[in-house]
Amino acid sequence: MHIVVCAKMVPDTTQVSIDPVTNTLVREGVPFITNPFDDHAIEEALRIKDAYGARVTVLSMGPAPAETVLRKAIALGADAGLLLSDRAFGGSDTLATSKVLSVAIAKLSDQERVDLIVCGKQTIDGDTAQVGPGIATRLGYAQVTLVDKVLDVDLDTRRITVRAKFDNRHQVVEARLPAVITVVREINTPRYPTVPRRLYAEEVQIQVWTNEMLKLDPNTIGLKGSPTWVKRIFAPEREKGEIVMGLGKEKEKAVRLIMQKLADWKVLGP
Amino acid sequence: MEKKKRFKVRLLPGKCIGCGRCEPACPVDAIRYDEKGEPIIDLEKCIGCLKCVKVCPAAAIDKFLPEGDTGGAEPEETAESEAIGEGEVKRLWRGVWVYVEQMDGKAEPVSWQLLGKGKELAQDLGVELAALVLGNNVEHLVDEAAGYGADKVYLIDTPVLKDYRAETHMRSCVYLVEKYSPEILLIGATGLGRDLAGGVATHLETGLTADCTGLAIDKENRLLEQTRPAFGGNIMATILCEKARPQMASVRPNVMLTPPFVPGRKATLVRESISIEEKDTLTKVLEIVPIQCETSVDITAVGVIVSGGRGLVSAENFRMLQELADLLGGVVAGSRSAVDAGWITHQKQVGQTGKTVRPKLYVACGISGAIQHLVGMQDAEYIIAINKDKHAPIFDVAHLGIVGDVFEIVPAMIEELRKVKNPPVCET
Ligand SMILES: Cc1cc2nc3c(=O)[nH]c(=O)nc-3n(C[C@H](O)[C@H](O)[C@H](O)COP(=O)(O)OP(=O)(O)OC[C@H]3O[C@@H](n4cnc5c(N)ncnc54)[C@H](O)[C@@H]3O)c2cc1C
Repeated sequence: MHIVVCAKMVPDTTQVSIDPVTNTLVREGVPFITNPFDDHAIEEALRIKDAYGARVTVLSMGPAPAETVLRKAIALGADAGLLLSDRAFGGSDTLATSKVLSVAIAKLSDQERVDLIVCGKQTIDGDTAQVGPGIATRLGYAQVTLVDKVLDVDLDTRRITVRAKFDNRHQVVEARLPAVITVVREINTPRYPTVPRRLYAEEVQIQVWTNEMLKLDPNTIGLKGSPTWVKRIFAPEREKGEIVMGLGKEKEKAVRLIMQKLADWKVLGP
Repeated sequence: MEKKKRFKVRLLPGKCIGCGRCEPACPVDAIRYDEKGEPIIDLEKCIGCLKCVKVCPAAAIDKFLPEGDTGGAEPEETAESEAIGEGEVKRLWRGVWVYVEQMDGKAEPVSWQLLGKGKELAQDLGVELAALVLGNNVEHLVDEAAGYGADKVYLIDTPVLKDYRAETHMRSCVYLVEKYSPEILLIGATGLGRDLAGGVATHLETGLTADCTGLAIDKENRLLEQTRPAFGGNIMATILCEKARPQMASVRPNVMLTPPFVPGRKATLVRESISIEEKDTLTKVLEIVPIQCETSVDITAVGVIVSGGRGLVSAENFRMLQELADLLGGVVAGSRSAVDAGWITHQKQVGQTGKTVRPKLYVACGISGAIQHLVGMQDAEYIIAINKDKHAPIFDVAHLGIVGDVFEIVPAMIEELRKVKNPPVCET
């Protein structure tokens, strides 16, 4: 079985802040990490590998430094990493991203048939959850998102059975292979790398494919191939309400004001 | 007098998306629309200012030199009119659609909330609002959708659509969109909606903006302005999809208001069918198990929420909030920090990665008011914030902000409320 995991390098958004004066994003010094959801995708692929035997290829589209995402995955046990890196891919929205990834997967599959694609549910920087379904749609593969449990992989009948977690229910779904699944964080706890694996991952050659390899029409990828574009970025403006001091001696006055407002707003009931 | 060469403009066949931007851009009224919404350009009036060329998002209008190489220009013009004459399938994208999410024939409230918003958008555009009902034995949802404002309902009612699956619902959506060409398609940003939307947008090669918190029409350009938190919610972005149709957006539950239900309101029913054989499907739903809410109360459906953040310091202190909530007839919720600290369950997290709530009253105690939190509660009717730090951003959304210590203010509120709720009985 050949499993492809799609993983993205993202800025650690918990460390992005807004400059209160200029209202712009402060991104300097923000570290880059593997998208946390993708850590779980990698782990799940490795667990399937441990249980059923598989070759795991980790795929990432991004600038050259994104190769660290691949090395980390290899340190954990992935067999190979493939970086899709080209200026032409830059600025891709989800539609263009799923195009680049799916064409690369199709090419990989020509070399060694791909049976399963595992993605994180979403990224922390884009938060869209659209790339996984995009890949499934483009490749015409079965799609199950929000998987919180892989129940069975049957290589004879070429089927995978998983449990998906929707907002108010679990859905147990059997999908034909090849399939695309996206995983939620509850699915597993990622492992740690072993020292020898980590040393190996530092040395290993990471393959890089540019658009020369994929031969995509530059008008259909990157910024040009992205139908959505950001018109405006802003910090929300808000109308200020009434702010009063309620420290120390002013406490009583403040509480009286609260009671007054609760009555005015009619939240105290009849 | 040597005159500068004057361009004229013409429509390139097959490129117009009917966006309606060129006509208002023309300063001399040389453009009107045919019944497909494509421009008919009056070359007598055209002064070659090229304003229409500039505003056209689809590069469908091109300039040309009328005098000069007449030999080349004329046949091209005929070619163009022929192309239109042949009735080559070109589309006019019109109408606002909402996908109605349902399970076992019961619709998700977010669908009706989207009809409420969709109505505003449709009115601004001067088009119909339609609901998309897909499932098995779901015809009763047609009247329900009408009651919530749909002018038209597209219905596919067939066994293969019974349990939601990405492939069957995606193919049905795509089929209907390709057939009827709506300019906007809205889907609830639930787990199911997100599962569906990505595939539909990819198949249609159009843009999709996830988790919008605001939708509006730029009337001048006939575009949907989609506003959502970006960069992990640290900032807001307004996103446009100019060159592709339909413009697709997903919106989380409770971001929009449920419109009033008008009983007896009728919609035009368009019954459709889809040929998907069960044996050809790639996925099979084996079992559906409802997830029991670990806590009985759903924080999105209550009138009063008392919410606690890191400022509460410990789980024990949430008891004080519970007491306040009980007196106000509400429930306790929390910020992500409170959830991460294990003081309260994730079910009760408010914010971008938790729930969006719209109670009548939201009392934020010891919560700083990060954007990710604010997007989940800023639409509460009334907000009271209690925070020690007078610069805390929570005060930007509060109707009443108290710069104070929660451990002083909350107990004092409890005391006052007890007096109101249980007036002291005179003991003699
Ligand atoms: C991708 C992403 C998604 C996120 N999603 C969410 C989400 O869904 N929901 C969410 O809430 N957060 C979310 N966050 C986290 C968010 O950025 C903040 O970190 C979080 O909301 C902070 O929680 P807090 O206000 O409780 O804690 P803090 O920011 O630490 O604020 C504590 C506040 O308590 C005040 N305080 C302390 N002691 C007292 C006292 N005795 N009396 C009065 N005030 C006191 C302090 O002045 C301070 O303002 C998300 C972050 C990211 C990156």
